[in-house]
Amino acid sequence: MNKHNAMETQGIIRVRDLIGGYGDSVIINRVSFDVYEGEIFVILGGSGCGKSTLLKHLIGLIPPMSGKVLIDGDDISNCDEALFQEVLHKIGVLYQSAALFGSMTLAENIALPIQDYTDLPREAVDTLVKMKLNLVDLEGYENHLPSEISGGMKKRAGLARAMALNPKILFFDEPSAGLDPVTSAGLDNLIIHLNRSLGTTMVIVTHELESIFAVAHRVIMLDKKTKGIIAEGDPRYLRDHSQNAFVRQFFNREGDNHLTVSGKDRA
Amino acid sequence: MQTCQYQISQGRNGDITLYLQGNMDATNAASLIQELGREVKGKKPSSLTVDLKEVHYLDDFGALVLVELKRLVGGEDRFVLKNESDRIKEILFILNFSKLGERVTFVKKQAPGSLVRLGEATLRHAADLKYAISFMGSVLLALIHVCLHPRTLRKDDTLLYMQRTGVDALPIVGLISFLLGLIMAFMSSVQLEQFGANIYVASLVSLAMARELGPIMTAIIVAGRSGSAFAAEIATMKISEEVDALFTMGFDPTRFLVVPKMIASVVMVPLLTLFSDVFAIAGGLVVGISMLDLTASAYMAQTIKTLTLFDVFLGLFKSAVFALLISWIGCLRGFQVRGGAASVGQATTSAVVSSIFLIILSDSVFSVIIRYWG
Repeated sequence: MNKHNAMETQGIIRVRDLIGGYGDSVIINRVSFDVYEGEIFVILGGSGCGKSTLLKHLIGLIPPMSGKVLIDGDDISNCDEALFQEVLHKIGVLYQSAALFGSMTLAENIALPIQDYTDLPREAVDTLVKMKLNLVDLEGYENHLPSEISGGMKKRAGLARAMALNPKILFFDEPSAGLDPVTSAGLDNLIIHLNRSLGTTMVIVTHELESIFAVAHRVIMLDKKTKGIIAEGDPRYLRDHSQNAFVRQFFNREGDNHLTVSGKDRA
Repeated sequence: MQTCQYQISQGRNGDITLYLQGNMDATNAASLIQELGREVKGKKPSSLTVDLKEVHYLDDFGALVLVELKRLVGGEDRFVLKNESDRIKEILFILNFSKLGERVTFVKKQAPGSLVRLGEATLRHAADLKYAISFMGSVLLALIHVCLHPRTLRKDDTLLYMQRTGVDALPIVGLISFLLGLIMAFMSSVQLEQFGANIYVASLVSLAMARELGPIMTAIIVAGRSGSAFAAEIATMKISEEVDALFTMGFDPTRFLVVPKMIASVVMVPLLTLFSDVFAIAGGLVVGISMLDLTASAYMAQTIKTLTLFDVFLGLFKSAVFALLISWIGCLRGFQVRGGAASVGQATTSAVVSSIFLIILSDSVFSVIIRYWG
C-alpha cells in the first residue's frame, strides 16, 4: 500500500503496544505504528483524543505506562540517561507556542544549541544562524526579541531553533494553531520544502484539514472512545474510501447532526 | 556515518581545485572547516574551485563549510562551485548562499549614553510613581465600593487568602517568634543578671515584642510568603492576558483580584502578630524558668504588669498598616509587569524588597509620631 513499506521494513520511529496517559488515567491504549524515514507523518483526531499526549510520549517528555517507543533503533521508554541524551540530538520539537526564550534574541535562541553541541568557531556559528534564519525567511530579524515579532514569525523562528542541529526527525505540535490561512499555508510550504531538500522526517500533530491534505504522506487517526488508532494511510484515500463513517465525516468536515440525518436517509 | 574526503590539485596560475567526496553535514562541519581552512590558507590561492560531483548529501552545515572557504579566499570573485547536483543547488538557493560570505556579526543595539539613560530612568520612575498613585486611587475606590455593596466582595476568594496568608503562616511565625523570644531573653539576661535584675527580662521581652518586633517580624514573614505570591499570581495572570479577560468580561480587575487579598491580609496579619507576641513571651518564659531561677507565675505577673493595653493595640494597629502596604505593593508590582517569564521574577523580587522597605519606613514614622504625642 505504501511505497515506504516496500523499501524499508523498519521505521525510524517504532511504537509498539504503547499504553500512555497521565497518572492513573489511560488516554492511549495499546497503540502500535511506524514512521518511516523521510516521510511527513500526521497524527490527527478530534479534540481530547490524545494526540498531544502521544506526542509527549514520542519525544520522551512523559514515560509510557507500558509498551515501547523506539527512535532510530533506541528504546527511549527504557534507556539510561546518556543514551536518552543522544536520542534527543536526533530530534527537534516545534512547540505550539514556539517556546522561544523571551530573554534572548532570535539569533541567541538559535545559537544556543549550536554553541553548546558543536565545535564550530564563533563566526561560523553566526553565519550558520544567519542561514537558519534565511531558511525560514526571517532575514534581518537576528536581533529581535520574541516579544517584538508576530505569531507566525515566532513559529518560524521556533522551527529554525528546532532545526538548529539538523535533527533526523522534527516534531510539530499544532503548527497552524493561531495562524491566519496565508501564514499557515506558508508554514506548510516550508515544511514540504525542508522535507524535500534536507530529507528530514516530520511528525505533525494537527487537526487542520487543509494542512493535512497539503503536507501529509501518511496519517494515523486516533479515537477518543477506543483510545486507539481507527484509521491509517493516505488522507485522500481515507476521505473517500474509509470503512469508518466517523473517519469520512472527519475528513469531509461534516458536523454530527448531518451524519445522523444522512444516516437515516440511507436507512 | 559517512565521512567526507577531499583532494586538492593546484593549477598553474595559483588557482586550486578542491574535490570533495561523501557527506557534508553537522557531524563533520567543524573538522572540515578546520582542516580545509588550514590547507587553503597554506596554499594562498588566487582562486578556488570546489568540485561537488561526489558529494551525495549537503545540508546547511555543509553549506557553512563552503561559506567559510569562500570567505577565506576573499569572496565571490575568487570562488567557483562546480558539478553540484540539483538538490544541493536547491539547498544553496534557499540558504541564499550567493549573498553569504561577508563576515556576519550581530551587533546588539548600542546602549545609549549615560545622559539618555538617566533621562529614561527618570521618565520611567515618574511613570511608575504616577501609576502607583492611580493604582492607590483605584484600590481605594474598589474598597469603598465593597464597603457600600458588601455583596460584591468575593467571599470565597477572601476566605482562601485568609487561609493562605494567615493560617498557613502560623507554624513558621510561631516558631520564629518563639526562638526570637528565647534569644532576646538569653541575651538580655547576660547583662541584667549582673545587677540582679533578672525579673526585668520578662518586661523587656514582652514590651519589645508587643510594640516593635512582633509586628515587624510578622510583617516581614508575610511579605516573603504572601506579598511575593500576590505579585507572582497577578503578574502571571497579566502576561497570559487573564487580567484583560477579566476587564472585557466586565469585572474590575482591582475589585476582583486586589480587594480579597487586601481584606484577608488586614484581618489575618494582626492575628498573626498576636500569636507572635504570645509565642515570644513563651520563649522568654522558657529561658526565665530554666536559666534565671524565675517561677512561671512571677514571670507572667511581671509581663502583665509591664504591658498595657495601649502597647498591644499599638502593635496590632501597626501590623494592620503593614498588611495594607504588603498587599498593596504586592498587587501593584504584579500589575506593573510587562514582557515574559523573567519579568515575573523581577516583579516578585521587587514586591518583597519594596514591602520590607515600606514596613521599616512606616514603622519609623510611627515611632516619631508616638514620641511626639508621648
